[in-house]
Amino acid sequence: MATPAPAVAAEGLTLSYGGDPVLENVSFDASAGTALCVLGPNGGGKTTLFRALMGDLHPLAGTVHVDGRAAYLAQTERTRLDFPVTALDVALMGSLSSGRWWLPPRRSERRAAGEALERVGLGGQADAPFGQLSGGQRRRALLARALTQDATVLLLDEPFAGVDPASAERITSVFAELRSEGRTLLVSTHDVESARSFDLVLCLNGRQVAFGDPASSLGREVLEATYGSDIVVLEASGDHEVRAITVQHHEH
Amino acid sequence: MDLVDFLAAPLRSGIERHALAEVVLLGGVCGALSFWVTSFRLSYASESLAHGLLPGLVLASLAGAPLLLGGVGGVALAAAMVALASRDPRIGADSATAVVVTGMFGLGALLALSPDAPARLEELLFGDPLGVTDADLGAAAALATLGAGALAALHRPLCAVALDPPGAGALGVRPGVVRLALLMLLAAAVAVAVQGLGSLLVLAVLVAPAVAVRRRAVSPVTAMLGGAAVGSGCGVLGLYASHHLGSAAGASVALALCAAAALGGRLPARIRRGAAPASGVHRASA
Repeated sequence: MATPAPAVAAEGLTLSYGGDPVLENVSFDASAGTALCVLGPNGGGKTTLFRALMGDLHPLAGTVHVDGRAAYLAQTERTRLDFPVTALDVALMGSLSSGRWWLPPRRSERRAAGEALERVGLGGQADAPFGQLSGGQRRRALLARALTQDATVLLLDEPFAGVDPASAERITSVFAELRSEGRTLLVSTHDVESARSFDLVLCLNGRQVAFGDPASSLGREVLEATYGSDIVVLEASGDHEVRAITVQHHEH
Repeated sequence: MDLVDFLAAPLRSGIERHALAEVVLLGGVCGALSFWVTSFRLSYASESLAHGLLPGLVLASLAGAPLLLGGVGGVALAAAMVALASRDPRIGADSATAVVVTGMFGLGALLALSPDAPARLEELLFGDPLGVTDADLGAAAALATLGAGALAALHRPLCAVALDPPGAGALGVRPGVVRLALLMLLAAAVAVAVQGLGSLLVLAVLVAPAVAVRRRAVSPVTAMLGGAAVGSGCGVLGLYASHHLGSAAGASVALALCAAAALGGRLPARIRRGAAPASGVHRASA
């Protein structure tokens, strides 16, 4: 039986912002329904990789492949909190991907946005101003936008950073639903322990350090190459039985 | 003088009726546009365009050509020079813009103060709503119509880019193209509005209305409608002040706009109850 084509893939990918490469020689693939953790320090190339997968940054070398147009969940620190839109307005922005940008949203698109808000637990906050939601609620509103977009591949940039427990629980539950629907999730984080629950892990630090399943990819050598002196090993029994945390601060 | 006389006095003159129509039209479209100028942080770009087009206005004035033609040429030249100068990373966009705009403004003043130039520098700098012609009024009406249509068509992409540029890119909206479309609309507004308010004062109508209403706006549409109302209302207020106090018309309109911005900026922000922030940090699992 033929192997299904990957939903997301990169081969020999090298990226730069016009000067020296900031991410070199990245090769990975993920099939439909896979959750892939992109692990690395701040400035390691996680967001840069996402920009290439969105088509926002052209490769210096190598290729990328994404099934359809990927949805992107930005870090909410990069959104304008004083812009006067409601949670429903944000969810409705997902319908822009249909291409009818010059026309008001259809009734079906409004319904889809309302359902997306219900799904992320913000049905009762549809008319709340985006800037007055908590950090976790804002993250969920942006996730609702990605759901309205109905993309097969979702790129989620630090979706749990600074999120309250209730929001984190709801986001985790939606992620599980999305995977069961056959959607592919790429989740960036610098949290080593959370990476163990993913199907695949891609470790970046200006280059690809490792790619594979967590059991074989999160050894001491790989973590030290990924984080350098920012890694603190809590427990170690053999190279692949490591518990570790990072001591860097989240980038704003 | 009773209230009816007070209100009717400026309407008895054809010149002042023209001026009122001009400031209502320009105040409306520029007031709505001001919401996007502040949302995209383009106040400095607006000032640069308005000041940079002075040589175009002066050359049009010297040649006896319509000021609108000079304004459009001046805006295009200023925008091209800013774009060229900004390409040098050693200078930086802000410094390049400052140098180009100051240079263009100086060139405009030099041309206007030459012995052969008609004595119109004051009018070009500070504007004269009482001097608008039928053609100026037609240009303002065209700007109001086309501007309203463009803002309606671009509304959803503008919202998406203003909130979250990278996220908008993932939705298929190109932030650079949306920003360029907004800049073109801004350039057209500057080129038309500068005839009534002058090169120095036009910035007031492109920024002040949004500042006046922003803290109370619940949506981009209410912010634009509020901005349009403030822009037009302050235009009318300024002309009435000019008529009854004998003050300069363009400066009176600009002062009314700035007073509205100062008052609006002191209003408490509209806060919705029930959206209190939650706290806590959670580590990921998928």
